[in-house]
Amino acid sequence: MDNVGNPIVKIEDISYKYTKDLVLEHVSLEIPKGAFLAIVGPNGSGKSTLLKLLLGLFKLQKGNIEIFGEDIRRFKAWQRVGFVSQKANSFNSGFPATVFEVVQSGLTKKIGLFKFASKEDKRLVKNALESVDMLEYQNRNIGELSGGQQQRVFIARSLVSEPELMILDEPTVGVDSKNVHQFYEMLEMLNKKLGITLILVTHDVGTVTDKVTHVACLNKKLHFHGDACEYNELDEGELSSIYGHGVQFLHHDH
Amino acid sequence: MISGILQFEFLQNAFLTGIIIGAIAPLVGVFVVVRRMSMISDALSHVALAGIAFSLLLQKSFLSMAGLNPLYMGMAFSVGGSLFIEKLRGVYKHYQELAIPIIMSGGMGLSVIFISIADGFNTDLFGYLFGSVSAVSRADLYVILAVGIVVVLTLTLLYKELFQLSFDEEHAKASGIPYKSIHFIFIVMVALVIAASMKIIGILLVSSLMTLPVAASLRFAKGFKQMIGFSILFGEVSVVVGLFLSYSLDLAPGGTIVIIAVLILILSILFDKWKNR
Repeated sequence: MDNVGNPIVKIEDISYKYTKDLVLEHVSLEIPKGAFLAIVGPNGSGKSTLLKLLLGLFKLQKGNIEIFGEDIRRFKAWQRVGFVSQKANSFNSGFPATVFEVVQSGLTKKIGLFKFASKEDKRLVKNALESVDMLEYQNRNIGELSGGQQQRVFIARSLVSEPELMILDEPTVGVDSKNVHQFYEMLEMLNKKLGITLILVTHDVGTVTDKVTHVACLNKKLHFHGDACEYNELDEGELSSIYGHGVQFLHHDH
Repeated sequence: MISGILQFEFLQNAFLTGIIIGAIAPLVGVFVVVRRMSMISDALSHVALAGIAFSLLLQKSFLSMAGLNPLYMGMAFSVGGSLFIEKLRGVYKHYQELAIPIIMSGGMGLSVIFISIADGFNTDLFGYLFGSVSAVSRADLYVILAVGIVVVLTLTLLYKELFQLSFDEEHAKASGIPYKSIHFIFIVMVALVIAASMKIIGILLVSSLMTLPVAASLRFAKGFKQMIGFSILFGEVSVVVGLFLSYSLDLAPGGTIVIIAVLILILSILFDKWKNR
């Protein structure tokens, strides 16, 4: 927690609706530099909407978001933000691309329009693959890998542009349970060693709370935001009020 | 055959045009296939047919239009059709594939009307439908060469953006690249390649040269660049062998080219099965 500092993301009083009903109501949240934040909540709680707003994929309806101190509506430096989606789950395994090509595609914005990848860019690709332990697979087609390996490749694709902030949308969907723990350990390493601020949207509350520094509980409104230690001290009654139904703890062995 | 190519300008035109489209059709086709847009080329070729029929009608009706090259009108209609498809995909956000049958039937409907106004089905139009070795003029060759240069340059310069958009559209959008403009430019390139290919391959078969060589290389390509390489190689073999057989056996070139491409596809499937035994 030493490197936790100024807010890298500032969400101020945002509300959002698709049709009539609000999916996000007056959500305000500050994410300090160096934090590893888990956003948890039940299905339909607005987690994915919040994430899409943070990525600039949806236009703000009410409220403000600042990224790196800049209004998101004017923010252009998206290469500073990495994004990892639920790819292992929805990925077209027949796509004929090598691991190297997939990771290099993470540099597209950084290299710029009408320009080609340099030797330095290729070195960055190899470094990113090395940091997720996948360099030996660089010439394999992405579809030949397991779900867990594919998700490591997608992490490398985000890492390659050397982002300061990484947003992950339920990245362990489709990853077998044996590899989930290793996967979170890798995220912890990225956060602690490389100092990347991480925002993780997840259902997997039990596994992540010993890895993350902060937890935000969302169910249309922000019900809780604080240290992971504070979250772990919440009793079942408080959690039920967040999730809106009875909550039972399932303890993982690891 | 070789002496024929050296001797006759129409054969030189046909072969040079064939070599150009043998490369650009599979090149564009790779992106069309991996983006699951294969049917778009069929829709646009039907719209191009409307352009050709309209141009032939103008030629027949107005003497001053007699020199008008139908290729230009075919290209204009095809590009126009691509813009309509994009517009319709925006209107039917949840049923985007609807845009294709709408444009396809609209194109076919217009073609039939123009043909009936022109009072008949002439041999020119038959050549456009099924391809013709003798139909390519030197002027056509220059237009197709220009299209080829524009397509290769555009796809080379936008390669990494197109790859990102094809592989993972959501990630491409989140990374902040101008995906709408890139997609639009790509669709226009598809329309141009279709219009450029129709004289040799024929409107009804033009989409096959975009998809069959790609389908064959999908069976065993390692990586995207290798897939592009194999697709172009298969496209060239299909066109050159197809044109050779078409000239030697007096067959429609579109049909022979497509049959060679189908044979390559079957061989690649068998090879893939044998390799993975």
